[in-house]
Amino acid sequence: MDASTETAAQSGALDATAPSPAVAGSNNARPASNAIVSNTNTAAAAVAAAAVEDDDTEGEGEDVAPRFEDWAGRWDHIDKLLVRRGPFAQPTFEPCVELRDFLLEQCRILVIGAGGLGCELLKDLALSGFRNIDVIDMDTIDISNLNRQFLFRQKDVGQSKALVAAEFVNRRVAGCKVTPHFCKIQDKPEDFYRQFQLVVCGLDSIPARRWINALLVSLVQYNDDKEIVPGTMIPMIDGGTEGNCVLRFLQFSVRLFVGLSFTALFCVAGLLYQGFKGQARVILPGMSSCFECSIDTFPPQTTFPLCTIASTPRIPAHCIEYAKIVLWPQAFPDRALDTDDPEHINWLYLEALKRANEYGIQGVTYRLTQGVVKNIIPAVASTNAVIAAACASEAFKLATGCSSQLNNYMQFNGQDSLYTFTFEYEQKPDCLVCSNIPLDFACSASEPLRALVERLSEQPFQFKAPGIRGLGKTFYMSAPPSLELSTRPNLDRTLAELGLQDGAFLQVADVAVPLPVQLKLQFRP
Amino acid sequence: MTSASMIVDRKTQRYDRQLRLWGDHGQAALESARVCLINGSATGTEILKNLVLPGIGSFTVIDSEKVSGADVGNNFFLDADSIGQSRARVVTELLQELNTDVSGNFVEEPLQSLLDNDVEFFRPFTLMIATQLSSKMLARVSEVCVKLGIPFLAVRSYGLIGYLRLQIGEHCVIESHPDSPMDDLRLDRPFPELLSYLQQIDFNTQDGFQHAHIPFLAILLKHLLEWKASHGGLPPKTSKDKDEFRAEIQRARRIKEDGSRAEEENHDEAITHATKAWHVSSIPSEISALFADSNVDNLTATSSPFWIMVRSLRDFVMAEGEGLLPLRGSIPDMAADSDRYIRLQHVYQERAKHDVAAFTAHVHRHLAELGLPLGTISDDDAKTFCRNAPFLRVIRARPISDELASATSKLTDTLNFHLEDPDSSVAFYVLLRAVDLFFEEHGRFPGAGDDQVEEDIAPLKQYVVGLLTDLGVSQHAIKEELIHEMCRFGAAELHNIASILGGLASQEAVKVITRQYIPFNNTFLFNGITSTSSTVEL
Repeated sequence: MDASTETAAQSGALDATAPSPAVAGSNNARPASNAIVSNTNTAAAAVAAAAVEDDDTEGEGEDVAPRFEDWAGRWDHIDKLLVRRGPFAQPTFEPCVELRDFLLEQCRILVIGAGGLGCELLKDLALSGFRNIDVIDMDTIDISNLNRQFLFRQKDVGQSKALVAAEFVNRRVAGCKVTPHFCKIQDKPEDFYRQFQLVVCGLDSIPARRWINALLVSLVQYNDDKEIVPGTMIPMIDGGTEGNCVLRFLQFSVRLFVGLSFTALFCVAGLLYQGFKGQARVILPGMSSCFECSIDTFPPQTTFPLCTIASTPRIPAHCIEYAKIVLWPQAFPDRALDTDDPEHINWLYLEALKRANEYGIQGVTYRLTQGVVKNIIPAVASTNAVIAAACASEAFKLATGCSSQLNNYMQFNGQDSLYTFTFEYEQKPDCLVCSNIPLDFACSASEPLRALVERLSEQPFQFKAPGIRGLGKTFYMSAPPSLELSTRPNLDRTLAELGLQDGAFLQVADVAVPLPVQLKLQFRP
Repeated sequence: MTSASMIVDRKTQRYDRQLRLWGDHGQAALESARVCLINGSATGTEILKNLVLPGIGSFTVIDSEKVSGADVGNNFFLDADSIGQSRARVVTELLQELNTDVSGNFVEEPLQSLLDNDVEFFRPFTLMIATQLSSKMLARVSEVCVKLGIPFLAVRSYGLIGYLRLQIGEHCVIESHPDSPMDDLRLDRPFPELLSYLQQIDFNTQDGFQHAHIPFLAILLKHLLEWKASHGGLPPKTSKDKDEFRAEIQRARRIKEDGSRAEEENHDEAITHATKAWHVSSIPSEISALFADSNVDNLTATSSPFWIMVRSLRDFVMAEGEGLLPLRGSIPDMAADSDRYIRLQHVYQERAKHDVAAFTAHVHRHLAELGLPLGTISDDDAKTFCRNAPFLRVIRARPISDELASATSKLTDTLNFHLEDPDSSVAFYVLLRAVDLFFEEHGRFPGAGDDQVEEDIAPLKQYVVGLLTDLGVSQHAIKEELIHEMCRFGAAELHNIASILGGLASQEAVKVITRQYIPFNNTFLFNGITSTSSTVEL
């Protein structure tokens, strides 16, 4: 971290002083409450316009919603932090009741994901005083969600998570305005995201987190002095409950953490087991490490080589994969496998069992079949609660500046005893997304473009369908099919034949990242 | 296709994601659990929420308060209409609504009067949880739980600080679910069936597929035996030895027709996992410590199945086990053909079965000697016990009332160690006790009113100083800022801290109820200012 980052990070609170597009016109830190009301309505109307699916929010006036009258004592608990001076508050923190009004009326926060973490986040934020909350999720409710996603009931199965969750919270928490968006995050334009002062992610998908992270980093604008333009940096608070690979954190932990035994514990612990683990982190785009900086700490999905599955199966999962990949398409060439259909799973289970018996492999069960086919990660209410509330607490502190901040990564492990481990994840100097410098890419003049495309599918890129441009030309496009066809011959041309020289720049676009990544070719001698 | 509804019932579908963690037997334990919650605070309802969702049998909320405006502000299981009503009743109704499988009950009688007049009321509970109690009441509930032998979790949210304390008499865990357990492979002490398996492997085959699919365990064992034969029976010791050992495996790759070495994944695996060759099979120190427990030597007819099995395990180790625990019987997946892999797996599994049988004979002998029916410990119990033998754990989390009554030298040492670090979350342990002392004298918490923050700092500091002396750690000071911050908190119960604790406490409750995974022992302090924490035994 350099010095400017330090100051910026400490300036804390999503300062109400920073003019932000969402609350256009509210450039006064502590405006009189009337002013807040009118501004809020403008912002609320903007949200309503941007909302995709908000036609069934009940009883809400379309344009001018009256300010909600709170009952006596409602905010007594959070007020203790907001109206009182605190030794650990941000330097900009000025205790006052208007700060609560900012939270209630002006601050706009986006929750990504309305699943295990998302349900918790909506509740936590609503009870922390956030009133203008948007939630986005493309998923529908499944019965297996009900053991932890507490805003859903049996009768809601099949409906949109975002809609049902928003409706529940709005009903329970008087005055709260959760606006649901039943769609993919990629379906929303950049301007949608610009409206918010904070983004909190409760996602189980790495690609989705990668995408939103890159988008938020791209929104940061710098002035001529290379300082961040106030209001363009939208903090991202990211929660996750996957057991990610913390082995790499050893170097940080030795330096930053006094209890070495804890460190050792985490190193052994981080690899495989899931269910009682998670992490919460605060990402200040352009100031602190971003999600992409740590992308390689997430374990790749286990895949088995096809030859093992086909000719040397040894464990139950090999038999299940065989049933899924080989037998299903053979038996039902015209029917796609629906992993949510219990009859389909049952068919796979019986076929896998047959194959396992042929080879003398034990342990194929229906539950395992379902787990392997759907890549199920065990999940419980408790872990979601811990991680989501840790994220919501950071959101509350960031929005108000009432306290210090998590700096910047907290790992939680509840498998053996209870431990958290907090450390500063440092920016990766050559991070694909936040370093602002083209990534050096080792290659040679004589290799075909195809080799380069293949390397882009590996770490750290993991690009599935790249489009490659440079020197003002398009070298290769994976989609649409017509462009793919016309650029395909380039795959077999060498870099030299394509006119690329040492030090040339390439722009690579992919669905994984919202903006193209810059590569600088470094020819091997 | 058979009807899918026959395979998975509604409950199995609903609980699928947790059944994959604690299994059907863990779920059965949860479903028969009766949990008692003292105080339907935000912290309390957040704990119960996470227990009602996974399906505990029943819960009972003890709370004599009426719902206040501030309660509705921080508690999701209250709404604006409930102000002025019975808090116990409203939270019970709204929690119950989460899961119709769970039975919810409430008691509006004050805790104090239950403690004074009806201690037996608490006897049926599997677990007691108290939230937002200050030290004095905590000590009283703690004593009742000790008396009735009920595990007890104390949970408290105070401003940005969280406190969690477990009290449990003796908690024996067989299925501790270790994270990445070491495989028990016994290459250093190969059993006869493993040696005869090795003899059936043709290491000199010219068939490329066959050679590349010899299980790496066989490769390692072959090279280890050869190494020992030429090194006076000793395995590779020095790093030079070990490099040489790996080089030998490197040279064992098949030579292709063009004279180069074949790329063989099984040999790669053998080299990667070479440490397994010189790994010394032994009994983990935790298990040796268990063998020395007085429960093991003094079996009686009232001994629990756990201790009878630990005794039988020790007997096995001293007899058939020849100094080792029963073989676990599992091997990792490896690049190998199906036939030889499965035969190898079979060799290990058969040996494990053989060990289980020998262990079970010891169990039966002890049961007979104690005059207990053989069915007291089933064959499945014995099998599960053997499979988990290296990971058994016993937790004893001492009574909170003892901790509060006087400072033991262990407590003093622990505090001393942690207060060395001025930023340790353990400082909040002292501060939480200090605000309770303040409360006892003033009838309110420091900073209760907005105008009392500054004026309460000095008196609270006095309590802190006095407490540090009483705890035997007067050489340490608590930072002035922390004392100020505690006054600023004014005992606020923030929803986020309540929810973090709700998650942590419910997780520990599940561990206690299912007797799976290892609970914390015995104090957890969360610092929500920096999102850091400490786990200490006090």
